[in-house]
Amino acid sequence: MSSLSATIQDVFNEPGCGKNANKTEAERKKGCTKQLQPGGAAGGCAFDGAKIALQPFTDVAHLVHGPIACEGNSWDNRGSASSGSDLWRRSFTTDMNETDIVFGGEKRLYKAIKEVIDKYDPPAIFVYQTCVPAMIGDDINAVCKAAATKFGKPVIPVNSPGFVGPKNLGNKLAGEALLEHVIGTEEPDYTTPYDINIIGEYNLSGEFWQIKPLLDELGIRILSCISGDGKYRELAYSHRAKAAMMVCSKAMINVARKMEERYGIPYFEGSFYGIQDSSDSLREIARLLIERGAPAELMDRTEAVIAREEAKAWAAIERFKPRFKDKKVLLITGGVKSWSVVAALQEAGLEIVGTSVKKSTKEDKERIKELMGQDAHMIEDMTPREMYKMLKDARADIMLSGGKSQFVALKAAMPWLDINQERCHGYMGYIGMVKLMEEIEKALYNPMWAQLRKPAPWDDAGVNWQSKAMAQMDAQAAEIAADPVRAEEARRARKICFCKTVDLGTVEDAIAAHGLSTVDGVKEHTNASGGCGACKGRIEDVLAARSAPMLQAAE
Amino acid sequence: MAIVTTSKKACSVNPLKMSQPIGGSFAFMGLRGAMPLLHGSQGCTSFGLTLFVRHFKEAVPMQTTAMSEVATVLGGYENVEQAILNIYNRTKPEIIGINSTGVTETKGDDVEGFIRLIRQKHPHLEKFPLVYVATPDFKDAFQDGWEKTVARMVEVLVDPVEAAAVRDPARVNVLPGCHLTPGDLDELRTIFEDFGLKPAFLPDLAGSLDGHIPDEFTPTTIGGIGVDEIATMGQAAWTIAIGAQMQRAAEAMQKRAGVPFRLFERLCGLIPNDEFIAFLSEISGRPVPAKYRRQRGQLADAMLDAHFHIGGRKLAIGAEPDLLFDLSSMLHEMGAEVAVAVTTTVSPVLERVRTQEVLIGDLEDLEELAKARDCDLLITHSHGRQAASRLKIPFYRAGFPMFDRLCAGHQLSVGYRGTRDLIFDLANLVIADREANHQPTPDTWRTTDSGLQVVPPQLH
Repeated sequence: MSSLSATIQDVFNEPGCGKNANKTEAERKKGCTKQLQPGGAAGGCAFDGAKIALQPFTDVAHLVHGPIACEGNSWDNRGSASSGSDLWRRSFTTDMNETDIVFGGEKRLYKAIKEVIDKYDPPAIFVYQTCVPAMIGDDINAVCKAAATKFGKPVIPVNSPGFVGPKNLGNKLAGEALLEHVIGTEEPDYTTPYDINIIGEYNLSGEFWQIKPLLDELGIRILSCISGDGKYRELAYSHRAKAAMMVCSKAMINVARKMEERYGIPYFEGSFYGIQDSSDSLREIARLLIERGAPAELMDRTEAVIAREEAKAWAAIERFKPRFKDKKVLLITGGVKSWSVVAALQEAGLEIVGTSVKKSTKEDKERIKELMGQDAHMIEDMTPREMYKMLKDARADIMLSGGKSQFVALKAAMPWLDINQERCHGYMGYIGMVKLMEEIEKALYNPMWAQLRKPAPWDDAGVNWQSKAMAQMDAQAAEIAADPVRAEEARRARKICFCKTVDLGTVEDAIAAHGLSTVDGVKEHTNASGGCGACKGRIEDVLAARSAPMLQAAE
Repeated sequence: MAIVTTSKKACSVNPLKMSQPIGGSFAFMGLRGAMPLLHGSQGCTSFGLTLFVRHFKEAVPMQTTAMSEVATVLGGYENVEQAILNIYNRTKPEIIGINSTGVTETKGDDVEGFIRLIRQKHPHLEKFPLVYVATPDFKDAFQDGWEKTVARMVEVLVDPVEAAAVRDPARVNVLPGCHLTPGDLDELRTIFEDFGLKPAFLPDLAGSLDGHIPDEFTPTTIGGIGVDEIATMGQAAWTIAIGAQMQRAAEAMQKRAGVPFRLFERLCGLIPNDEFIAFLSEISGRPVPAKYRRQRGQLADAMLDAHFHIGGRKLAIGAEPDLLFDLSSMLHEMGAEVAVAVTTTVSPVLERVRTQEVLIGDLEDLEELAKARDCDLLITHSHGRQAASRLKIPFYRAGFPMFDRLCAGHQLSVGYRGTRDLIFDLANLVIADREANHQPTPDTWRTTDSGLQVVPPQLH
């Protein structure tokens, strides 16, 4: 068994990771150790990420070793769906107390495992390590091993103390646990040439079932879904699949790549959000299976299904087009959704005024550019205030985001739709796309908005809270601009290139001093854009911002 | 008298309990311009934040010191310092409330010492309100975090007053327990004001989490009691504490500023409200307004109407001690049988819960006991929904978190009016369940072998 730090190092070395590919050997060793900012950080921890990735395994008991905060505060907050066991919805935690901290929590953990087996007899137990037991030195690997031997049942340690890093790292640590302890430990009763794995799909709101009937129709068998509606045994024999589809590369790339390396299972990254993407993914699945020995006629059947489903979906979406004419969307999400949903919305004729790329990889961003053109407005990091201003200035009619930023829209009396983990509707595949359009239309045309935007009769229309907030923002910007010291500080504080730590001030000064007009020019003079290249878009923005007034002057 | 027992299980299944630090943060959310800060790793904050957002459907300010692995081992001074400076510079709060977590308590970070150092290093923070409360996750529960934090607020933020000082007879300090909703606080405020009293709530969640649309766009809390107002609380004539958990804060207030206090352990039900209203009439020297006389009549009538449905029902309640005591007492007074009571942490009220046994346990205990004792109504927070659906009995959501229904912030249980509404809600649940699941059929009475069956009273 490898130590936690070795596992983390291994995850950082992931050759399939887009960010890693651009790093030198030395940089790669350092890993993604960007220090989170105290007082300015948001999002979950590594434990959170590990739990999110594995919890959708439905027949497994998920036991969290730690004090009550880790599980007591977090359980039952995501809606994966199960077609069978509902054991995953139960929450198990050792709820460590002071005595455990002083004398160690291993015995309690062992007893907890025993109790869970006695009472629920699951096919396996996943044991999650959290910060406190990791600090006091509880060796969950040893406890799990002892319990597994004693009870004759797989007890899988998931080493994921929160402090080792953010949620995304936790996703990968979860994947490592599967690779090390589960995948390849059992054999399926039989195999077919049509067996695939789906990796990084969590079946939220049961939305994967919007696609599964099509696969069933084609005779394609999901040998294992990692992890939505997944079962332990299926996971254990998933190494016998012929091909794999990776739905979320940020979370599970290590699983897909290592399964390719170890078992020769080819994979592709695809999405079932949006009509075009769904069709592409179905085709890709068929192609890979045929490559691995399935009969070639599979492709003909796949094309027939695609043609039929697309025709149905387009017909259904057609009716929304007049309703969506001139309507603009602000998309605040991350990762794979930042491009897969872009494609979907464009299909319905909506204009996308911006999409957040905070959690997106370089490839994600390239895809956005393909879809939205070179002038795509990608938002790196937007404060709620800025989001609010964007909505308020009517540059968007509706915001799609996760639950935590919803109030920016709702308090601005603007329509909002949840497209993140806590959503209630499935938006996958051809059916899901039509459902998404229905929901957007409902939100956009709700008569309530008009009423909400009217001030109370006794209020002075000019001095409502919205206008105050805008004035506050403008005043703040003006204040900074007027104060040379603070303006300089602000310029120096805003990083443009993170790899080479080049700030906005340096870039602007170089542009002014040398009369630069291209990214390459800036690169030559400032060192920026020499690393991962992600800052190219930001430099373009700076160049555009500087040239705009000059153009106006010329006119 | 109930016997209080603690579960012997090593594994808590479906926890009822939530952690102490977020109970502390919750208290800070009732202060104006506050930023609650958890000293721990990111998840400590993120999980709590998600709970609050899902419960209140509001933007909730909460920050983290984002402890990394290295910082956790070496100690978090820099993280606390940076967090305070970042929050101070960026969000311009009026107060930063800091709670420790399991991680930083296990390490043993001396946060009080950190704060002294930070104040030395950054003289502009010397007078800035920083309130720290030690709240390890591995000890106590949500309610304890609230209790300790409010007591600490009193100790740090209230200016000392001579015991013999002249007091403003109209001013009243109100220390509400964490089981009261923003809606409850609004109801209480109205009652106080109707007696001509000027109440100051500490903390005042009604100012910050009642769902109103703010006048200003702010990253900190949008309402609540101000630090300046807390400082003068020592000049009030009375402190009224609601819920046994507030005894500690009330005593702190008495010790610091000599304000006498009266503790109301519960404000749900007819008799507790009679006592409460009579007390207000006494300290204000005013007669009870006609409004409350009418409300009392309405509550009495509600009890008459509802007792057909609630009377004789076997209840399973899982809640933090004060809420458990509050609800179970009222329902007991309505003729219900409290067959199962599960709670999270110790409290002096537990042995006075009107049941045989109070178990400090989890929702699995609640579910199994409810099944074994054939309960027909389940009352607990939203996490009990799975148990209720497995048990196929009606489910009333009470307490925190309530993430799968709206209105959590406005659910009312205090005062004559609040009790009335609560009683109707519960009775209607029972009626709806009967209509949906227990309609008699020609076979309903045929399968038993005991001969003659009596028609249940509610069907008359």
